[in-house]
Amino acid sequence: MGFFTRLKEGMKKTNKSFGEKLKYVFTGNEIDEDFYDELEFALVSSDVGASTAEEILDSLKQKVKETKTKTTDACKKLLKQSLVEILEQAEVTEFCYPCVILVAGVNGVGKTTTIGKLAGKFDKMGKKVVLAAADTFRAAASEQLTEWANRAKVKIVSSSEGADPASVVFDAITSAKARGADVLIIDTAGRLHNKVNLMEELKKINRIVEKNYPEAQYHKLIVVDSTTGQNALSQVELFNKAINITDLAITKLDGTSKGGFLFSLVNTYGLPVRYVGVGETADDLLEFNATEFVDSIIE
Amino acid sequence: MAYSSTLGEKLNHIFSKLTKRGKLTELEIKQAMREVRVALLEADVNYAVAKDFINKVSEKAVGERVLESLSPGQQVIKIVNEELVALMGSENAKLSVASNPPTIILMCGLQGAGKTTISGKLAFMLKKQGKKPLLVACDIYRPAAIDQLKVGAKNAGVDFFEKGKTNPVKIATEAVSHAKKMGLDTVIIDTAGRLQISTELMEELADIKKAVNPTEILLTVDSMTGQEAVNVATEFNNKLDITGVVLTKLDGDTRGGAALSIKAVTGKPIKFCGTGEKIGDIEPFYPDRMASRILGMGDVLTLIEKAQEAVDQKEMQKLEERLRKNTFTLDDFLMQFEQISKMGSIGDILSMVPGMAGKFNAADIDEHKIVKFKAIIQSMTKEERLNPDIIKGSRRKRIAAGSGSTIQEVNSLLKQYEQTKLLMKNANNGKLAKMFGRRF
Repeated sequence: MGFFTRLKEGMKKTNKSFGEKLKYVFTGNEIDEDFYDELEFALVSSDVGASTAEEILDSLKQKVKETKTKTTDACKKLLKQSLVEILEQAEVTEFCYPCVILVAGVNGVGKTTTIGKLAGKFDKMGKKVVLAAADTFRAAASEQLTEWANRAKVKIVSSSEGADPASVVFDAITSAKARGADVLIIDTAGRLHNKVNLMEELKKINRIVEKNYPEAQYHKLIVVDSTTGQNALSQVELFNKAINITDLAITKLDGTSKGGFLFSLVNTYGLPVRYVGVGETADDLLEFNATEFVDSIIE
Repeated sequence: MAYSSTLGEKLNHIFSKLTKRGKLTELEIKQAMREVRVALLEADVNYAVAKDFINKVSEKAVGERVLESLSPGQQVIKIVNEELVALMGSENAKLSVASNPPTIILMCGLQGAGKTTISGKLAFMLKKQGKKPLLVACDIYRPAAIDQLKVGAKNAGVDFFEKGKTNPVKIATEAVSHAKKMGLDTVIIDTAGRLQISTELMEELADIKKAVNPTEILLTVDSMTGQEAVNVATEFNNKLDITGVVLTKLDGDTRGGAALSIKAVTGKPIKFCGTGEKIGDIEPFYPDRMASRILGMGDVLTLIEKAQEAVDQKEMQKLEERLRKNTFTLDDFLMQFEQISKMGSIGDILSMVPGMAGKFNAADIDEHKIVKFKAIIQSMTKEERLNPDIIKGSRRKRIAAGSGSTIQEVNSLLKQYEQTKLLMKNANNGKLAKMFGRRF
């Protein structure tokens, strides 16, 4: 089932008003200020951000003029096209093995769940996976990851609560090397990006990986909750500053939130969106598809 | 897309433009409100909520008299803030206590909002207040959620209740009987995170509610939530008739516009907020503080308040009168110093002024100099104060000795006085009060 189909499935569960709210944006035929206002509503309601929405609409108006576009349908097509273009600016790098995926993000975005799903995914591909439970801070974080590891039947390296996360990472690298693992996935504690000491801890983990596992392809994945608003920009900015993020994952897109902040994120940081989380079961992690994502915002 | 500029900075920017133009016109308010709207949206205030808010504030702002002591820009900020505070509610809402114990608190919310963490913190806080809380694990879905709450209970030093992965309604009911039996007066029920559109899981919450009849139903919301906050709050409120909201992760750098949206659409108060990683990091929620956080300009607001309180309008009018007649004396100069002193430390005041915060180092401002200046003027005779031209060599020596300063300092004061006098003479069209508001 495609990502868009799933979103639609999800939306069926909700009352109709939501889908219709966006649909009526494009039912009229004339391109006028009301039409642009409705467009702005669709974008801002999706967390695109007011100033980004303004930029997008300004460039749309320009294009409409240049191409002498007359109908709202054609205008909508133009808009979608440019939105997809923004998202496709950045491309994900193909995995080569062995590889390390360091997973970071603020609290409660779904890092551990995403890793659980990822472990299952790689396992199904026949890859040998090792998980590192480097969230030694939150209560029962390691137990949570262990349960996912058991489900996916993969190896997990963990330590007691309160242990130095960097040492867990070091042990996990040693273990991954010894077992000839293809993929090492590192779970880190959720941290608010404005906490200097916690970001330093993350930098230390990053240095351990760089220093001790240089032969592995290194991915640094930041997980962002789709229900987040404009703070997503600050999150990515500061995590990127700390460890040079390479990929984005956006979670909880099975709700009614849209994750419209992605346009700013991709545009500003040139980061590709690798995964989309759409549920709680192991299969609910999908590859990102820009067209489907845009379709969910502008129907 | 520059994230770094805060809402406060943006508003300051708009209003600094207005300040320079003197009188506010309807058109300018409209312009300013457009920017305020964008700023609110960037702070994640819901689209519709922002629209309503702007309409209301515009109505108020047009036609409102600009107070003497404020610049027009400050006046608009004041109105925006007052409306925001009114919308947020002005008081801290307390937790209700059941007349017939135990008090039952049902926690609900989306995945990852921080329910389990805040449940532990709430228990810890209540225990400190002398209550006997019981933490109940009803999240049977997320791996290790029960373990997490168990650790939370241990850290908080409170009782814990679980029944493994059985029916949450049954767990909740049994937990309440357990609390009664054990003499525990507060039951906090942690539930699984769920999407507001998940019919089945929302039904489960409604069933728990029906079974235990909670005193409080607290919706836990991540303070970083965007436009979705309205949908979440509306649905949870429709289904459960929540009694309040807990806002988590407020120690981040989010502007927290979601708080305003939730309050606006549900009318339910935000009761607590989570402000850190430790178990003690839970605080009562103060709506007025949140209002200035959303505006991002609490300091400017404080300045406006201080200016309003401190500046004696009558005194200022007298001063203005004298100025017009060009009879600005050292007495008036002294009065000006006193007005400034009333407002607090100069370093503080400067750091509150839009655009000044970065430019002025508090250490650069010599507070002692002001004290000294006051002493110097106070060491003068009445005649000298009214007619400074007569202050020559021997008078200067006497004044210096009387005020414990040097002749150079007396000279420096007189020079500053002359400069100020000149400055005021040149500003013949401006009202002093406004100048006063703008000069430091």
